[in-house]
This record gives sequence, structure tokens and C-alpha cells, in this order.
Amino acid sequence: MAIYDGIFKTLGLSDWCATEDTGGPMTMAELLAQANNGGGEAAADAPAPATPLLETPFPSLDTLHKSCGSIPRTRDMTSAVEEGFLNVKDGLKVVLDPLTQPLSWLLDWSLSAFQATPWFIMIPLLMLLTYYASRSWSVLALVTGSFVFMAFIDHYNYAIQTLSIIFVCTIFCVALGVPIGIAMSKSNTMQRITIPILDMLQTLPTFVYLIPLIFLFSVTESKLYGIAIILYAIVPVIRLTDLGIRLVDKDVIEAADAFGMNSWQKLTGVQIPLALPNIMAGINQTIMMSLAMVVIASLVSAPGLGVLVLRGINNLELGVGLVSGFCIVLLAVLLDRSTKAALGRINASEK
Amino acid sequence: MTDTSKIKVSIRGLYKIFGAKPKEALTHVKDGLGKPELLDQHGHVLGLQDINVDMQEGEITVIMGLSGSGKSTLIRHLNRLIEPTDGEILVDGEDVLAYGEKQLHTLRQNTMSMVFQKFALFPHRTVLQNAGMARRVRGEDAASADKEGQKWLKRVGLEGYEDKYPNQLSGGMQQRVGIARALASDSEIMLMDEAFSALDPLIRTDMQDLLLELQRELHKTIVFITHDLDEALKLADHLVILKDGAIVQQGEPQEILLNPNDPYIMDFISDINRARVLRVRSVMDATTTAGVDISGDVEADANLESVIAMSGGDTTKHYRVMKNGKQIGLLHMQDLVRALVPVIAPEHDNRAA
Repeated sequence: MAIYDGIFKTLGLSDWCATEDTGGPMTMAELLAQANNGGGEAAADAPAPATPLLETPFPSLDTLHKSCGSIPRTRDMTSAVEEGFLNVKDGLKVVLDPLTQPLSWLLDWSLSAFQATPWFIMIPLLMLLTYYASRSWSVLALVTGSFVFMAFIDHYNYAIQTLSIIFVCTIFCVALGVPIGIAMSKSNTMQRITIPILDMLQTLPTFVYLIPLIFLFSVTESKLYGIAIILYAIVPVIRLTDLGIRLVDKDVIEAADAFGMNSWQKLTGVQIPLALPNIMAGINQTIMMSLAMVVIASLVSAPGLGVLVLRGINNLELGVGLVSGFCIVLLAVLLDRSTKAALGRINASEK
Repeated sequence: MTDTSKIKVSIRGLYKIFGAKPKEALTHVKDGLGKPELLDQHGHVLGLQDINVDMQEGEITVIMGLSGSGKSTLIRHLNRLIEPTDGEILVDGEDVLAYGEKQLHTLRQNTMSMVFQKFALFPHRTVLQNAGMARRVRGEDAASADKEGQKWLKRVGLEGYEDKYPNQLSGGMQQRVGIARALASDSEIMLMDEAFSALDPLIRTDMQDLLLELQRELHKTIVFITHDLDEALKLADHLVILKDGAIVQQGEPQEILLNPNDPYIMDFISDINRARVLRVRSVMDATTTAGVDISGDVEADANLESVIAMSGGDTTKHYRVMKNGKQIGLLHMQDLVRALVPVIAPEHDNRAA
């Protein structure tokens, strides 16, 4: 019937193959062929045309299935993965749900707090914070100008929602990422284990890890997008904390040892302060990446500027999309500038 | 030099082997395998080999060797920044190697302080905070640490620089901070790892003088590492010469200079200015009988250069050697001149070897 029949025959597996011909789901290609043939019985009866050697298909699951009914099709495999995931899902949920609940609370609480604060308090507050962090008038002017502009074109509320999400997610990223980075810098084994995971988190297309999250948590919960953002944005802060601590001058560490510092004194008194420029660079990257992700996360009900972008795409409202896109850029620039200015200040105080 | 002859630090049969299985390699070394053979046959590096040194309290012990001789490895064994493969290290008679982590921290905080070649100051702390660092580590409050730091900064000539950061100072000044930091810990033992090697020659001489001046006052037990023979001879009460991880000769510097026991050392000392390094007491004829034809008195610790200047180059003269106002010997100018000729190594290709 098919090209690999001979192999199963010579292996003496014909009986095993013939035991059951599954009535499982058909592949899309088969469905199409069936539809085109208008029934398909005729096709099944016709003798299979000899396959030219050059067109020999790769012995994939689907091809082998044609010769041997016991071999699962690709479609069966993906549905098995799905089933497997759905089976562990409930157990996973019992553990993950309470663990991640604080994230939901914090996101919701912060969102309402940011929105409840009237603009004439919020904007000066942001200005004050910017100046305190950066000590730079030009950055302050940029921040003020941007917020006044966004408020003027009625995008203030969306921007503040986005900012609130970034704020909470960055706190979580730092609170989790810095300790992980420290652990990595202390132990080579830990580093070997963590680096592939970080590589995976960084290379995974952003939409891909929305998929299992949607199954795990309900779309109405804010932790769904919180987790997606944190997973994506936590990588640089971990990497740069690890790098920063490993880069601390060996001589200085030796001096710390020679004067009898214990590991806690060394960590807090020498390693973290000297790694701070690198850690801050990591936080800057983390903030940038949360901003990128918060737009995508609007697909799973994250509020903010991303919602407008999504509306622009869905309804082909070009203007809405472009203006909100511009606001995102504005937010990115001002977040980057103010954190970079703060970073520069740390570097300057050390040199 | 002090009169006490108490042994402060004692190193007994110390071995250090770098590699995957040092214990196994140690048995080969004890069976007589040399450094190159060990590397060839077993892939282990012999860092230190059967080191035995006694360091007297209140003296400067200088460990000298070229790069790769294991001197920096050796000094790091004293406060266990490097763990030995075998041997004993006794500080005040106590085996440091038996110490647990707590005791080791206490030892490093209270008994030993260290000065580094590359200064190794904390770049994120001010000069004053750096100087008082040892006390802060011990858990003393900031005020007392600063007070002590201030005192020693003043002593090393850095008053007025307290609020600067280390990077704002020159190399020589940074090393002064390094010394102040070590002194402020008030430890009895000071380890100095090529402390002046990174400084330019004039500053280095200044720092050597500063160290000697401080030492006259404080009588610390100092272990000083250097690759510079002139520096070693200037500072040492006890000189240990290392080569390829083993001690070639140790003893009083003058003694080594006059009686080198190894071609390596002969070659080493052939280039130095012997007239400046040798002292009258080393070449004199020790006698209390009054000599004839005496041209004058010289101090026992005066160097030969000053005597030559005094004699005006006349080799027929004789001098009375005085110490604490009493004659302890006679110096014949002929002996003096003879002592200026270095002992020549038997094989002349020693340097190439």
C-alpha cells in the first residue's frame, strides 16, 4: 500500500501493525484529500501508484502510519502532549495558584492605586522621582514633556496602566532575579543549570509561553500576564547580576578574605556594591523588556497602551495604532533615559 | 633588631601541589620526584616543596625569589588564603591548619593583616573607611574604626585625604592607605606581598624607609615578599631565598652575601653593590685586643661604603669597630676590599640555565 510496507514485512511486524487501524483524528492533509475526492472510497481501492525513487518520503510518523497502523500519527502525538499537559495542569495549579496569588494582588492593587491618584499629583510625583534618581534636568524635562503630551492626547490613563504593570513586574524581577544571579555567581553548577533555562526564556517566541499560561490560569486573572512579563524580562537582571559579581576584582575579594570578612560581609560590603553598575544595567534591560512584553500581553487582557495597539490591528484603525505605538516609544525612551542617568550617577560616584 | 628570640610563626614541612589529585602526587614528590618530572609524568605542578622557616617575633622576614618561585603562594598559606597539601603552620605555637572557619576569621581579623602588591583597596569606600576596614569587619563601631583609621593615615602621611576615593590617589599614596589599613587592625603579624613592587623606584625607597621607621617603633612580625634583592637586603632581618618552590638558602642577609651556598644565589648577588649592603660587623676581625696603627673608630652597623669614603681609598688603614661605645673588633681595609669581590659561581653558564 505504501512505500515502507516492505520494511515492516521483513521485520515480521505485519501482525502487530494490522491489529488496529485507528479511527483517530485525521491530519489536515487527509481531510482535504477526502474532501477533494468527494468520498475517498474510490481512492482507497485504487492500487497505489509506484513512487519514484527520488520522491521517497522521509520515514516520518505520518508516512510510517500509512504502512503500519500501530504507529501513531503526528497529530496523535500533539494531542498526547496536550492531554499530558491537561492532566498535570490541575496538580500544577494547586501549587502554582497560591504561590502566584501575591502577584495578582500586587498588580491589581498597584493598577488601582496608580489610576486612583489624580494626574496633578501623579505627574509631579513622577517628576520628583525622576529628578531624585537621575539628578538631570534634561531627563526631567523629557519625562515631564512626555507625560503632559500623553495626557493632552488622552493617552495618560493607558500610559499609567502600562507604567503600573512595569513597576510591579520590575520589582518582582529584581526581587527574584538578583538572588538567583547571586546564587549563580557562587556556584558553577548552579550557573550551568540556569544558563540553558535563561537561553530558552530569551529565545522562546513571546507568544509561545502565553499558550500554556492561558491553560494554567484564567484569562481574567492579572497574574497571567504578570507571569508572562516576568518570565520574559527577568533574564537580563539574572545574567548581569551573575556577571557583575563574577567580574569583581579578584584582588579586592582576596583583601576582603585576608581581613577575615565572612561571606555575608563580603557579599553585602564588597561584591554587591561593586557589581551594582552591572546590576543596574540589568535592571534597565529588564524594564525595557517588560515594556516590550506588556504590549504583547494585552492579548491576554493586560491593560494599557497595548490594548490600543491591539485595537488598531484588529479594527484596522491605523491612527489609533500609530499614536499608541508612538506613546510606547515615548515611554520606552523616558524609562531608558532615567534609569541610564541613575546608572551613570552610580558609576560616577565610584570612579 | 630586638633581643627577644621568640618564634612567632613557624612553617614545618610545607608542601603545596596544584592539580587534580595533590595527595597522590605528594607521595611521588616525597619519593624524590622533581618539579619538571612531576609535571611531565603526572600533570601536577609542584608549588612548594618542604618549606621550613621560623619567623622571629619582631623581625622582618623577607622571602625572596623570582616570579614563579612560589613566594606569593607561600605567604598566602600563612593566613590560609591557600590551603597547603601537607605540613604545619604554627602561629604562637598553635596549628593554624586545625582551625575551623570561625577561628580562621578571628585569626585574619586580629592576628594577621596583609598588604597587597596591587593595593586591593575597596574602590567604593573612602580612604578613611578603607583604613578603618579591619576594625569594621571585627564589628567595632564606625567611630572607633574611623578614629583608628585617622590615626594611622596621619602616621603614613596621608592627613587630609580621608574623604577621597582610592582611585583619586597616586599609586604610592594608595599603598600608604594599604599599609595604614594593615596597621589599623593592630595585628601582631603583617604579611606584605610584593607591597612595593608596583611603585616607581623613588617612591619605593620612600616606602621602604617608612616601613623601617614604623618597624623600629612597632616591632611587628613582618613577612615581606619581594623579587628585588636590594629591597630584600635593605629590609631583611632574616632572608629566605626561594627557587622553584624550594628554599635554596636562608639566614642573616650578610651571611648569605658572604657565604652563598648555591650557584643560583652567587649569580643572584653578583650584580649588587656590596659596599652599600655589607656592614662593618660582617667583615671585621672580631677581637677586643687593641690594634696597632688605628686610624679611627667605625660603627659596627656602618656599611662599607661609608668606611671607604672615610679612609679616602687608602687600603693600608685599620679601624676600631665600636658597638654601644665598646670595641667589638678591628677592621682592616684590606679585608674590606677583599669582601667587595663577589663569590663567583663555578659554572659561568648558570644564568643561561
